Amino acid sequence: MPSKYLLLILTFICTLLMFITFGTNVFNKPLNTVLGYVVVPFEKGISKAGGWISDRSEELVQIRSLLDENAALKEQVAMLTEENTILQQNKYELNKLRQLFELDEQYEEYNKIGARIISRDSGNWYSSFIIDKGSDDGLREDMNVIAGGGLVGRITSVGPNWSRITSIISDNSNVSGMTLATEDNLIVSGNLHLMADGIITFSQLVDSQDAVREGDKIVTSNISDKYLPNILIGYIHTINRDNNNLTKSGYVTPAVDFEHLSEVLVITDMKQQIEED
Amino acid sequence: MLRKIIVTIFILVCFILQCSVFGALSLAGIIPNLMIIITSSFGFMRGEKEGLVIGFFCGLLSDVFFGDMLGLYAMIMMYIGYLNGKFSRIFYPQDIKLPLALITVSDLTYGIFCYLMFLLRGRLDFPYHFVKIILPETLYTIIVTLFLYPLILKVNDRLEAREKRRTQKFV
Repeated sequence: MPSKYLLLILTFICTLLMFITFGTNVFNKPLNTVLGYVVVPFEKGISKAGGWISDRSEELVQIRSLLDENAALKEQVAMLTEENTILQQNKYELNKLRQLFELDEQYEEYNKIGARIISRDSGNWYSSFIIDKGSDDGLREDMNVIAGGGLVGRITSVGPNWSRITSIISDNSNVSGMTLATEDNLIVSGNLHLMADGIITFSQLVDSQDAVREGDKIVTSNISDKYLPNILIGYIHTINRDNNNLTKSGYVTPAVDFEHLSEVLVITDMKQQIEED
Repeated sequence: MLRKIIVTIFILVCFILQCSVFGALSLAGIIPNLMIIITSSFGFMRGEKEGLVIGFFCGLLSDVFFGDMLGLYAMIMMYIGYLNGKFSRIFYPQDIKLPLALITVSDLTYGIFCYLMFLLRGRLDFPYHFVKIILPETLYTIIVTLFLYPLILKVNDRLEAREKRRTQKFV
């Protein structure tokens, strides 16, 4: 067959595939399964070997700095112990008050599964990871992923033994969030411009009373349809007033260190399930 | 048959390396594009048909693992492979200038297509993306080409010599 016809046929197939898979995921399952079994085992092996090597080299580099850090941390421990006792007292008081008001436990304990990152995006444009667990381990699309107490992103594609996480710093990601203190809603979006600086943007913050301050915590909002409520996203870095004088936008420092991420926790509870209960 | 197996292994190894090892070797957060090197090299070494088929599968791999929809990167890579195949008539194995030039242009084109996806979402700052993403990626890709291309060339030579022996046997 002449290459011209082959090109034409494949172009047609590609276009068709794009149209079909834009909204649905009919073909994802067989392809995800086949390629998952071919590629993922190797990726697991390489990431394990690579992890071992980088661990060893980092150990050597870090010993010196660890000594300094140790001294600083000891000081911090002393401070935190003091703070902790105060907080414990507060918590005791809070529990008593909660009982008084007959409030249920607001933050439910979510079920979580640990997973290891085995590969990163093959290009330079978006930020996504592949983890070594998939539908065989009970993972589904749209499950939330956290690490170190902060939101990493959500699962956007699942194979039998792997899944893809699109992180919140990726340029095509938008998360509905709110400020923890004042419960003002806002949109947190990733941005390739700012990825190198380790910050992301927020927008559409309606804060008519100017109550939101820099350093305020931003958590996932309870009106998001993909993200569970009250997962920490990050802290407000800067706030700017938009040209329309109604809304504000600015930058957020994510709570997760996306540069050094090797293990994540997948929350297996999903927003819909919780609402149904 | 042997060619198909070896090329498949080549593509898979490069894809896995690109996602794992090169992620750790990234310079300023930029990783090279090994898929372009393979697609482009086989394109100008072997002609349009092989270029476009290899490009298609290279693109499909990225589509399945990292794309929002199937077929987008497959199509871009396929056309890159096909167009590189047009140059197979003026390709000589001894000459390194043509391969380097073709891979550079291919990677730039690929980068610009990726930027078009960004443009659709209202990221209008082309100079920024060109200087910070597309150019560094091309540069890094060229450096990797200097090591990877001789390897591809050698493998291809071996395969071609073997295929020649086989056809002679039948004659």
